[in-house]
Amino acid sequence: MSVSTGLRPKGPIERLLAANSWLVFIFFYAPILVLVVFSFNANNNVGIWTEPSLHWYREVFANETVMGALKNSVIVAGISTFFATILGTMAALSLERFRFRGQRVYDGLLYLPIIIPEVTMAVMLLLFFAQGFQWLDAAVGWSPSFGLGTISLSHIAFNISFVAVVVRARLGQMDPRLEEAAADLYAGRWQAFRMVTLPLILPGVAGGALLALTLSLDDVVITNFVAGPGATTLPVYVFGLVRRGVTPLINAVSTVMLVASMVLVAVSFGLQRGSRSRVSGSNDR
Amino acid sequence: MRTTKMLRSAALTAVLVLVVAACGDDDTGTVATVDCAPGQVDGNLNFYNWSEYMDPDLITAFEAQYGVDVVESFYESNEAMLSQIQAGVAYDLVVPSDYMIKIMIDEGLVYQLDKEALTNYGNLAEEFRTQPYDPSGDFSVAYQYGTTGLGVNLELVGDAFVPSWALVFDPELTQNFAGGVSLLNDPRETMGAALEYLGYSINDTTIEHLEEAAQVIRDARAGIATFDSDQYDENLANGEVAVAHGYSGNMIVAIGETENPDNFTYVLPEEGATLWIDNMTIPTISTAPCTAHTFIDFILDAENGAQLTNWNYYGSPNAASVPFLDQEVVDFYAATEAADTEVITDTGDYEINFTDKFAEAKS
Repeated sequence: MSVSTGLRPKGPIERLLAANSWLVFIFFYAPILVLVVFSFNANNNVGIWTEPSLHWYREVFANETVMGALKNSVIVAGISTFFATILGTMAALSLERFRFRGQRVYDGLLYLPIIIPEVTMAVMLLLFFAQGFQWLDAAVGWSPSFGLGTISLSHIAFNISFVAVVVRARLGQMDPRLEEAAADLYAGRWQAFRMVTLPLILPGVAGGALLALTLSLDDVVITNFVAGPGATTLPVYVFGLVRRGVTPLINAVSTVMLVASMVLVAVSFGLQRGSRSRVSGSNDR
Repeated sequence: MRTTKMLRSAALTAVLVLVVAACGDDDTGTVATVDCAPGQVDGNLNFYNWSEYMDPDLITAFEAQYGVDVVESFYESNEAMLSQIQAGVAYDLVVPSDYMIKIMIDEGLVYQLDKEALTNYGNLAEEFRTQPYDPSGDFSVAYQYGTTGLGVNLELVGDAFVPSWALVFDPELTQNFAGGVSLLNDPRETMGAALEYLGYSINDTTIEHLEEAAQVIRDARAGIATFDSDQYDENLANGEVAVAHGYSGNMIVAIGETENPDNFTYVLPEEGATLWIDNMTIPTISTAPCTAHTFIDFILDAENGAQLTNWNYYGSPNAASVPFLDQEVVDFYAATEAADTEVITDTGDYEINFTDKFAEAKS
């Protein structure tokens, strides 16, 4: 976009900055590289390299418990990302485009899940579900049980805030006159949103969705509290594995999840590129 | 069991909130009982256990034998498990550690077991039937156990050593070890080790004794390479440290994986060491308490108990299973039976003193 390309760093400060950015890059990716390399280790110890092998990958895919946990994680992440993205985007639009009573309070409360400690939120949700189910049982003689449903609801609850933050940032950059122009050209509210606003904020929405997906995939604390029989997710299972010492099984599981999320990122970039070319020229920068 | 301390205390706070919240409507004091016949099943089993702690083949065998489904779920801390039970999630069988059993009994959260339904109860070794956390042995049945001791690299330490806490606490000794020694980064375990080195109990809460223990750790610092709870087994196997303080389950795996396992040994200091026991118990929230009894009985069977131990490599409390155990497991835990071991109990308000003194000793 606006990043100047083809410029090489010249002055000493620029060189220093370039070196620093490379260091940051290494700091981020070296541990991941080590993790991936050692997932192909034949040895049972994470730190001792013997020979390359696919042993741990066979182990992961043959381990029914791990695959079951992975399935649970994917279901929860899928459901919670879908709903949190829609609700979070709606919340961002309402805060950015409309004025209503209690807006400031709503604004503040929306960010609560980001600010409060995770374990507090976990207990709140657990108590909420436990009490709610009790009352429901007293009222109609039936209540749902803890499981993938309660985990998904909890993940939606904290993901809405994260999606809303990301989408709002994007909306803030968008020129509101574009929507007015659309209205001038007789676009209805929905048409203006569908044809103008949504394509422009789509990178933000996709970014928020990816963030939600990632947060859902690796949440341990909240999931642990609101889980139910048969609803163990992968991170909870992996965290419990550490009790036995770290084996390369964890590396292999992590690598599989890493590749999966990289594919997702690539897909979302692809989508954004597609949508950008259709609305090219409308970019306000 | 031994996850990060911070998460543990956070979860414990959460549990306390739940206890307070639940106080209005529970009937602590009365003991819940259930009447089951041997082999009786009354529904599918929701089994809540630690990760990688149960052989899936045993579950399949149980399902085939009794015609019920077993749904296994996993937790990563006792506190997380407790909060779920408090909230009323209907698990039929859980496997908490020693101190948590006491909390659950005190809260009236578990059934008094129907021993008549446990036909294999006699297989359980005598010393595992009653423990300070369950003095009558009526509420829980030991599942697996482990110890905290010292892994020793014989090439670096030599064959002629006395199994004593001096191997990590005597600086005159440890300074000669290439790489030094590693101690667990855990207030209860490491302060407990120092207390035992001094001849006190690991559960001693006298402040003067705790100060003495902290002084032992401070004096030993010259020979201590690291305080570490996660990588000590690998550091030992790699030869980076000469002696490592750590848990039996991790030690046996790490030593077994080295090129020459005979170069290493795992010992329990003669002054005494920590023992931990995980136990099967049935929450009162269970909807299938008789299936749970049948499952406990199934695990108490000699061959099934041996299959479990050969799969997860922890110590077996099942005396009858010994003939069916892999030789290396038998050898490894033989030391434990001879040693003087003690279970860490919850010292309540005194826990903070262990943490504080340990932090002072390390800094």
